[in-house]
Amino acid sequence: MRRGKTNFAQMALVGATASAVGIAGGLLIDWFPEAASTQSGPIDTLWDVLLIVSVPVFVLVTVVVIYSVKWFRMRPGEEQMDGEPIHGNTRLEVIWTTVPSIIIAALVVYAYLVLVDIEKAPAEGSAKERHVHVQARQFAWQFRYAEKGADGKQIVSDVLYLPEDESVMFDIDAEDVLHDFWVPAFRMKIDAVPGITTHYRVTPDEPGKYSAVCAELCGLGHAFMRTDVVVLSREDFDTWVSEQGMPPEGADEEADGAEGAAGGADAGKALFVDGNGTSIACGACHTLADAGTTAETGPNLDESLAAEDAAAIKGMIVDPDADLADGFPEGIMPGDYGETLSPEELDALVNYLDKVTSK
Amino acid sequence: MRQPNLFRAAEFTLLGVAFSIGLSAISRWGYGLDPIIDMTAAAPIIMLAAPLFFLVGLGAFDYWFYWASGKKTRPEDHSAHGATGWKDYFRINTDHKVIGIQYTVHSFAFLFIGGLMAMLMRAELAAPGRQFVDPNTFNGLFSVHASLLIFLFIIPVFAGLANYVLPLMIGAPDMAFPRLNALSFWLLPIAGVMMLSSFFMPGGSFASGWTAYAPLSDTAPIGQDFFTIGVQFAGASSIATALNFLVTIITMRAPGMSFFRMPLLVWANFSTSLLVVIATPFVAASQFFVLLDRTLGFNFFNAANGGDVLMYQHVFWFYSHPAVYIMMLPGFGIISEVLASRARKPIFGYRMMAFSLLAIVVLGFTVWAHHMFVSGMQSWIRIPMMVTTAIIAVPTGIKIFSWLATLWRGVIHLDTPMLFALGFLSMFTLGGISGVMLAMIPLDIHVSDTYFIVAHIHYVLFGGSLFTIFAGVYYWFPKMTGRMYDERLGRWHFWLTFVFFNATFAPMHLIGVQGMPRRVADYSEQFAGWNLFISISSWVVGLATLIFVYNMVSSWRGGPRAGANPWKALTLEWQVSSPPPIFNFDNIPTVVGGPYEYGVPGAVHGVFKKPEVPAATAGATAGPAPAGGE
Repeated sequence: MRRGKTNFAQMALVGATASAVGIAGGLLIDWFPEAASTQSGPIDTLWDVLLIVSVPVFVLVTVVVIYSVKWFRMRPGEEQMDGEPIHGNTRLEVIWTTVPSIIIAALVVYAYLVLVDIEKAPAEGSAKERHVHVQARQFAWQFRYAEKGADGKQIVSDVLYLPEDESVMFDIDAEDVLHDFWVPAFRMKIDAVPGITTHYRVTPDEPGKYSAVCAELCGLGHAFMRTDVVVLSREDFDTWVSEQGMPPEGADEEADGAEGAAGGADAGKALFVDGNGTSIACGACHTLADAGTTAETGPNLDESLAAEDAAAIKGMIVDPDADLADGFPEGIMPGDYGETLSPEELDALVNYLDKVTSK
Repeated sequence: MRQPNLFRAAEFTLLGVAFSIGLSAISRWGYGLDPIIDMTAAAPIIMLAAPLFFLVGLGAFDYWFYWASGKKTRPEDHSAHGATGWKDYFRINTDHKVIGIQYTVHSFAFLFIGGLMAMLMRAELAAPGRQFVDPNTFNGLFSVHASLLIFLFIIPVFAGLANYVLPLMIGAPDMAFPRLNALSFWLLPIAGVMMLSSFFMPGGSFASGWTAYAPLSDTAPIGQDFFTIGVQFAGASSIATALNFLVTIITMRAPGMSFFRMPLLVWANFSTSLLVVIATPFVAASQFFVLLDRTLGFNFFNAANGGDVLMYQHVFWFYSHPAVYIMMLPGFGIISEVLASRARKPIFGYRMMAFSLLAIVVLGFTVWAHHMFVSGMQSWIRIPMMVTTAIIAVPTGIKIFSWLATLWRGVIHLDTPMLFALGFLSMFTLGGISGVMLAMIPLDIHVSDTYFIVAHIHYVLFGGSLFTIFAGVYYWFPKMTGRMYDERLGRWHFWLTFVFFNATFAPMHLIGVQGMPRRVADYSEQFAGWNLFISISSWVVGLATLIFVYNMVSSWRGGPRAGANPWKALTLEWQVSSPPPIFNFDNIPTVVGGPYEYGVPGAVHGVFKKPEVPAATAGATAGPAPAGGE
């Protein structure tokens, strides 16, 4: 009879072929986003190794299931038949306890070495590590640098600028709830936790523009809590630093302390793009062509403010929940701009917005 | 009015609401708070007290009240056992077979509700941007989806299936505590209705995920209370049932049913119950912390006042990781039953199967912080958690390999329960593999909180748990209803589910590694193609479930009679009629051998005999009637 006729060689061959195809296919897939840090390499390689180990395990299970069905399926006339009463086999059981244990142990050791590698501090004698303070709050990021800008104040930015090839340590704080600072191109993330400062370090190694996203559910605007990460060459970064805190272009002719409409608008633009150090910058969430911001957490102000006058704009800033744009839930915009902005700052911001959106 | 039923329960619920508002008003008056009646303040009291009034009205405590007040207790003549019509399923009943069906049907209702929420989410996610729901509703949908499917589907449906078959399997007439059993069930609709009704609250439903991480959950609108308190009822139900299973298994086994003659489903529920009684109080604690923070202004998780935000996650995961095994081990048991009987072979390495369950129970308590590799906890703790997490793959692997060896040289009946069991073997292996990958800290740092995690948990809970649940429901359907399901529809259900389950969740691995975070209503343009594909596939999975519903309903009403033992299985539940007699066994069975002795000539698991006849040795002799085998 045909029952019980098996062909291990065929099964092994099919399994080996399927594993080879699976591994090749798995390695060909472009799994990761672009890589922009020295941490990316070891992590991506770890993934490849895990893939190479995993595919044969899955293939083994699947092939045995399929061949069991093929060879031992009940055929007509076998309705009353039972299988062979095999209760176990100690040698087999020892094998399938030991072999996975060894594989697991090897993977754990390897993963540990990768972990040490990606978290190690820069070598002695190399340049000092840069610290960037990351402040997370619903629903925006703010980055504070050790350097001071031209105005003598600490540099604060809503977009993360980093120099290439310099190890940077992020010191991450949360103001309200949990967030998670993740730059997929750097492969690293950690939660921002109220009450403690968390850290990780990366060494960006590829100039370009990437994104930072919040990876821990933080409320209504979680999906939109994104910002840009720009890795610059050393020289470009120094240029960027030197430009910080400079009065906005065109403001050179304005007299200091003048509260003229034009000066107020320029101050308003600065507030819109950078905030005042305690307020979240408007541009972190809103698109505004004149300010060059492109964020999408909140409505596009070029469109939504086009028909509004200064008083209405002021009302929207101070009490955003009173008149929400379609599709935006209550509480998505901070309601405390009336406190975090001084009356002068608020007026400057309103004037600026009224001017640039009413064209 | 005096008759305990749903009507009286509704009256008592209103009474409970009035009591709670009164209690709140008196306290507020005492503290000089204005206004005296504040529904926001009264709401949590209502949520805690009204369900207890509901249970009293329903009659869940009648026996105990009569006893405690010194009145003559109603003689427990078990006249309420059994169900004669559908209405009997809507009142307190102490028969484990009725309760088992109540549990199972009730759980499936929540599977469909939770599944519909997933369909809605996939509609929103079919394209980037905002289409159908606002972000708050979206956050609510995935939070309620997960909470319902975990606390009101997977955990209780396993308890329901085991409620039905476990006493039969060990030769017991009922569970050890039938009244507690009924109470356990009736706690569930409370939790379910509570979680669902949160959608009607100002500010929307709870929207901080099923993990309800503080401090987001501390400051969320009132809908959050419906989770915080709902979990208490679901958890109390779990704990009571687990205690019931433990006592039943330890004390009510039939003569001769030693631990190593127990079917593996019984072993699996024994292990699960150990996990439940040890772990579940932790989730209750975590939610009470949040409740106290929210309602009474405690500062457990308020960092500004010395609270410790990370403590929430430690306490929560100390339950919620073992909960993964609570949602998996009973399924392991089902697979062992189905594979042995449908492949006509003894389980390969029975003792190792039992020991590996216990190993998972112990190891399951040592891995919780692998959910917290990027939480900001102290970094050294990650290393031991990585090691233990990887080690837990070993006992799990033993089970997979033993099931494969059970198939080998069997006579494989490829019917619906078996298809789902085989589907489980391959899909759960994938979920296990991605689990080992996630144990590797450097990779986890990149992929945690992404769609890779979503893919992993659905391979474990859908490809794993849900496939075992389908296998179990098809397998015991004839026992529960006395009728056979439609095999052709069953196969359609399996193949559609299997194919489109993979089409739905496999691509999530890829978009997760590529950088798509989880729990987002909107996403970057680069993921648009895969998300549309995933959404369409998920809707097919939803449609396939309709086949299952139709099959179950129509077969229950008019399927062909199944007979006592359509699978020719050896375990005790198949040796009695379908459905079984009211007290399960007309004669107490005596167990004389292992549960899976397929293919062993003359082997018998249990025999039925009159009590006075001396114990028979193995085999079919003239005296006792063989209860199984050929």
